[in-house]
Amino acid sequence: MSRKELLNPAGLRVDGRRATDIRRISCKPSVLSQADGSAYIEQGNTKCLAAVYGPREPRQKSAILHNRANISVGVSFAPFATSERKKWSKSDKRLLEIASFVKQTFEPVIQTTSFPRSQIDIFLQILQFDGGTIQICINATTMALVDAGIPMNDYVCACTAGVIQNVPILDLNLIEESSDSPEVTVAILADSEKVTLLQSESRLDVDSFQAVAQLAKIGCKEIRNVMDAALRKNIKDLFGKMEAKIKTDQSADFRLGLNLSRRLENFKAGPIIRSAVNGVRYTHIAILSGHQNLGGK
Amino acid sequence: MNVEFLLPEARQNDDDVEMIDVSDKFVTPGETISVDAQYMRFGINDITISLCKDFKHYSLSRSHGTFSDEKDGIIKSSLAGRVEIVNKLISVRTVHSRYNAEIGDLIVGRITEVAQKRWKVDINSRQDAVLLLSSINLPGGVMRRKTEEDELQMRKFFSDGDILAAEVSGTFQDGAASIQTRSHKYGKLRNGSFVSVPPSLVQRCKTHFHVLSCGVDVVLGLNGYIWVCKHTPSLQDVDSETIYSHKNEPISDATRESIARVCNCITSLARKFKIINDSSITLAYEESFETQHID
Repeated sequence: MSRKELLNPAGLRVDGRRATDIRRISCKPSVLSQADGSAYIEQGNTKCLAAVYGPREPRQKSAILHNRANISVGVSFAPFATSERKKWSKSDKRLLEIASFVKQTFEPVIQTTSFPRSQIDIFLQILQFDGGTIQICINATTMALVDAGIPMNDYVCACTAGVIQNVPILDLNLIEESSDSPEVTVAILADSEKVTLLQSESRLDVDSFQAVAQLAKIGCKEIRNVMDAALRKNIKDLFGKMEAKIKTDQSADFRLGLNLSRRLENFKAGPIIRSAVNGVRYTHIAILSGHQNLGGK
Repeated sequence: MNVEFLLPEARQNDDDVEMIDVSDKFVTPGETISVDAQYMRFGINDITISLCKDFKHYSLSRSHGTFSDEKDGIIKSSLAGRVEIVNKLISVRTVHSRYNAEIGDLIVGRITEVAQKRWKVDINSRQDAVLLLSSINLPGGVMRRKTEEDELQMRKFFSDGDILAAEVSGTFQDGAASIQTRSHKYGKLRNGSFVSVPPSLVQRCKTHFHVLSCGVDVVLGLNGYIWVCKHTPSLQDVDSETIYSHKNEPISDATRESIARVCNCITSLARKFKIINDSSITLAYEESFETQHID
């Protein structure tokens, strides 16, 4: 057990938060150009990137479900995610476990019956790890699914809560997580408050469970509001961009607004022309696209 | 005998129920759009689905972005998007969802699989579309009947990876689209380059085959797949053997450059999330000459 003082007499935690504070969240939808939906989310020092593809034709015939869409989830850790550089195996039990949690959480929420015989692929990558893997995976998936325009009944938001020195605390970081203190991850539907995931690997006193679960619920709602604001802004921006064009179709504004000059600065005619017709279909796209900036980096 | 007469009096005002204008509102999943019972929503299995065929200009996902709680009749959103109301019909429109095939749409697709009497075509939808052997024009006359021999040499018409223009002729019960190329306008595409953009950027219009002033043809598939190729005069009197040819014609360097430039312009427009049609491509194309050309 860590000798560190997890909760000092002033009621502050190792990272300076109070017991009921969540870590700072920042999130951004539509960060990848190739995926149908994507999102990048940071909760304190835990950072996650989610990509959603689909609903699309299943790659394997065995994955076809005749009455609903099949959801597949893949979770991976970047080698640089933890303080020690490490190569994570694809079949790591922990990763598979997280993937199955995410899948179970979203199966009842996504309206899968609207998409029979198709598949929804969710890929999650933890870029930096500082506790709360499952919660950040669920939150990132929610954002990416909404961004991909996949119908869901509600937002799913997840948050962890635990108990340190008999005080319920919210949103544990890695130091708090790796101490012996009990921890519960709760995922709820933000609007109806239905619980879709409740997971704990440690012993928790029955008497304090109520308080811990309640605290986690409050955390979920806070997270929901942050995600909702980001998604709303994004969708408004996209509609704005799309419609700005219709009004100024032929005008000089449009010509200026297009701002092609920067895009075509690196326009090299040679390789592009050759690729245009000779079968290498994506070369010219690869030159102009590439990933957009992630969350203010 | 008593007769009672009623004098005309001002009608009682029943409009106390406040009418809230919900159209053009942005909603996110789980948000209540309306508690007003006057509105209808698109159902998946009920008869309203047939109505949606009449609203062709709405590219909506199959569930149209709304759902209703069990009995209280509250209409909630299942997508993040903008509320659109047509008469009493509520739907939510998003910008990032996949292509939803509707009858009559022109699409550009890529063959993914050759199966028994049919091809599977990737059309950027939730499932691959089906192109039946009977819904293509066989070489040797429009009226020619298909034979067993044709079934054996299907790869001669379309093989894996081929790109084609087609029209959506119907949908199957599971939502997969059935497409056809029974017109000289449709069929295999060659002499060009492929670009993919979000489907919501391509809007329905009178024609999706455009000849740009720079001598380049553009086929704007409603599914967001776009084909840019060398200009070919009307395909009407083309020799039936060349319809299914997979060999490119000789293309001049100038044309190649135009094709590449148009492709880059379309990609730039898509990155800026601008609607893509012939005029916006032409504008972007002209604008691209203002920028420095590095050789």
